[in-house]
Amino acid sequence: MTISRRAFLKGTGALIVTFSGSVRSPFALGQGPFDTHASHIDPGKLDSWIAVAGDGTVTAYTGKCDFGQGMSTVQAQLVAEELCIPIGRVKLVQCDTALTPDQGTTSGSQSTPTNFNLRNLAQAAATAREALLAMAASELGAPVTELTLTAGVITSSSGQRRTFEQLIGSRRFNVPLSAAAKRRSPEQWTVLGKPVPSFDRVALVTGRFEFVHNVRVDEMLHGRVVRPAEAGATLIRVDENSIRQLAGIVKVVVRKNFVAIVAENQWQAIQAARQLKVAWNPGPVLTKQEQFYETMRKQPSQDALIVDSKDVGQRIARATKTLTATYVHPYQMHGSVGSSCAVADVKTDRATVWSATQSVYPTRSVIAQILDLPLDNVRVIYVRGSGCYGLNGADAVSFDAALMSQAVGRPVRVQLSRQDEMAWENYGAACVIDQRAAVDDQGAIMAWDCESWETSLGGRPGYDRPGNVITGTLIGYEPEKITPRAASQPTEQLRNRNNAVPSYFLGCIGSSCQGAGNIRSERVLTHTVESPFFTGPLRSPLRLQNTFAHECFMDEVAASVHADPVAFRLKHLRNERMIAVVKAAAKAANWESRIPNHKTLASDKATGRGIACVAYEGDNGYAALIAEVQVDATKGSIHPRKFTVAIDSGPVSNPDGLRNQTEGGILQGLSRALGERVTWDDRKITSIDWQTYKSLYLDFELPIIEVVLVESLHQPATGAGETAITLVAAAVGNAVFDATGIRLREVPFTAERVRAAILGLRSTASERG
Amino acid sequence: MRTISIKVDGRLHTVEVDPSTPLLFVLSDELGLRGPKFGCGIAQCGACTVIIGGRAVRSCVLPIGSMKEEDEVTTLEGLGTPEKPHPLQQSFINEGASQCGFCLSGVILTAKAVLDENPKASDEEIRQALGGVLCRCFTHTRMLRAIRKYADERRA
Repeated sequence: MTISRRAFLKGTGALIVTFSGSVRSPFALGQGPFDTHASHIDPGKLDSWIAVAGDGTVTAYTGKCDFGQGMSTVQAQLVAEELCIPIGRVKLVQCDTALTPDQGTTSGSQSTPTNFNLRNLAQAAATAREALLAMAASELGAPVTELTLTAGVITSSSGQRRTFEQLIGSRRFNVPLSAAAKRRSPEQWTVLGKPVPSFDRVALVTGRFEFVHNVRVDEMLHGRVVRPAEAGATLIRVDENSIRQLAGIVKVVVRKNFVAIVAENQWQAIQAARQLKVAWNPGPVLTKQEQFYETMRKQPSQDALIVDSKDVGQRIARATKTLTATYVHPYQMHGSVGSSCAVADVKTDRATVWSATQSVYPTRSVIAQILDLPLDNVRVIYVRGSGCYGLNGADAVSFDAALMSQAVGRPVRVQLSRQDEMAWENYGAACVIDQRAAVDDQGAIMAWDCESWETSLGGRPGYDRPGNVITGTLIGYEPEKITPRAASQPTEQLRNRNNAVPSYFLGCIGSSCQGAGNIRSERVLTHTVESPFFTGPLRSPLRLQNTFAHECFMDEVAASVHADPVAFRLKHLRNERMIAVVKAAAKAANWESRIPNHKTLASDKATGRGIACVAYEGDNGYAALIAEVQVDATKGSIHPRKFTVAIDSGPVSNPDGLRNQTEGGILQGLSRALGERVTWDDRKITSIDWQTYKSLYLDFELPIIEVVLVESLHQPATGAGETAITLVAAAVGNAVFDATGIRLREVPFTAERVRAAILGLRSTASERG
Repeated sequence: MRTISIKVDGRLHTVEVDPSTPLLFVLSDELGLRGPKFGCGIAQCGACTVIIGGRAVRSCVLPIGSMKEEDEVTTLEGLGTPEKPHPLQQSFINEGASQCGFCLSGVILTAKAVLDENPKASDEEIRQALGGVLCRCFTHTRMLRAIRKYADERRA
């Protein structure tokens, strides 16, 4: 039984193509007015981005997709703004290799910088507007300067009119993207910059939204994977007799170490996957978790010097006052609430895959590779999955579905089990970060040295690395590994992509100084070591880990010279946008200058405030966060009371969307700071469900969150979805110090660790008498 | 296989299934409903929540064969329509209380069940009731505000 439905969105009236009928037809392209095909989607051509239909509807094709972060709404706002049409007339087609330009991966807070500045979608929409105005000018015999454009109608000073559909409806523009096309300025905006309600919310809240989990194809079967229990295990044999008695089994699929079951329905597949007897050779013994961070330092590593003024060692050796501290951050997971799912329909010569991947084109390429099909015969269509926050299981399960569908010659829907999702995803990297600084007589930092170790194995599969996620490895492809090598002196201008460089560094390479601060004597050395588990980008990858270490250490140095943490930061910053967000956050939070005195905890419940700030990826957004927490010294529990965040991401496309992302980012950051940690025993991952991987649930006592938007209208638009989360562990750690005098240098800040630190502080204090 | 009749969102359906099949798969695969979702399959997240007999129930661990004949299932889709959302759904729409939206069956239906049982539920009681519900986008602030506003308006 199928239920046909179509959700028309209230409020904005906009149409989103993903709410289509419930049964999908492969190869029925259902595209816009043109015979779009991969080879025709040239991002240099306007027709690849924008099409005006006969009824005046404007379809925009984008390679940046909406995972729930609001990209469909803001991109429709952008197109409506540049073309001066009501937003309800914009139709957005996102991430489909048969229809949209190849924009790589939707990730890394790059969608806004990529599509909202002077290129790609924004430039296409501006080009279309100018092209339409030029056509109208020619038809009406009036100069463009005498034309007005309102709601898709161009009017001359004498009152003659042309609509978009009259000018171009259902025809191609046949012009290239114009670099000279002028964007509408934020002062002119009527659609962008407004809190337009996200398009998806009515369908989501009433349960009508089509997730990839809801994609249904005629003749569809259901698959489940049977992963090994241990990393590195290899297949000995599969005993198909062990499930012979079960109904509905279509096929046991085996390819090298990949094992899966395809059945008539989901429940049959699940039962069979549980009961199938599979013998595996064990994987290697894992380093004990409690020794892991120390082991990381001793491994062969791929090293990089990010900045090096070459005088750091000397200056630290000569200084009268120096500080050192080590920070560690565990592996954490994306932990999507819904386990990953994909649907594939593979025929002998072609394939269609409905996938929640962030990377439709790279995924198409990898699927063509593993199925041995011509690239042009594979189509990958993005359909939203459960929020991913980076490389969750979406790519792996897309490969799983493709392999199973190819094996049975029918469409297969695959959803991972909770354990398969959690035990095999590409975790956010574990990090060890050593900090050393010297302070001069005036209480300023005179040298800062930072040396870090981070884990890496696999990652995004890209266009040709299937082995970077579990499925590809199981069928015999190698994951990308590090190449051990020593660091060479940096030669290119600093791009602080991983925030390996603290904001307070001058960041000089040769005569170019790109840092946000003024510390001249600076060094950052990173060591990437091979991970025993897959790693991959997790919301604010490495930037969060590095910022935790930098911002907590900055706080330690401030405390060591009895300086106020806000004033001390301002003293070492030179980037005006950084200074502005620090000041804005301090003002909004009514920051009172605080100079720590390491007194013993006076009461059992102590409150404190802490600050952290970041220039995200060096120049992709600026934020400062002030956390106010209460610490229960007996329980060791941390209770955040208030977060005040000031954020500057350039001109804001949708303030409601930005606030939603920022509020969510702060609480996700809190969950990661307080409880999240991937665990393992001597053979395997033991974080396999929500009891063994600790996330905050909805019963968490919520802090107040105040978001202050500091808008730099004439700067490029930056990303904003990962900025706030980057600061949470640091701001909370610093607030705990302010409250109690303890330093938390290991994430997560579990009650056990807090209690132990408080006990340690108290015993030190009592020894001192 | 057994022929089982089940009332979902006010409509009677007859399905032929293995009675050990969790209700979730009947709803999502046999009836094609999009509201209840498979999140964990082990009753730890709430994405599969439906209301049966006024209580929020995890459909991923409820074998359909164990259901009583009089059981009526309400899913997120049955609660309201895009044209006429339930007031609690409307409150979520007003507050923009969603990001990816995968968890919403758990959040909305659990809140509805607790408020139906106790319209005067305090913030604390509402939070306690949501103790087993997970939202990994952490839209908590807006969700709890939406629930609070609905509860207040309902009592007014």
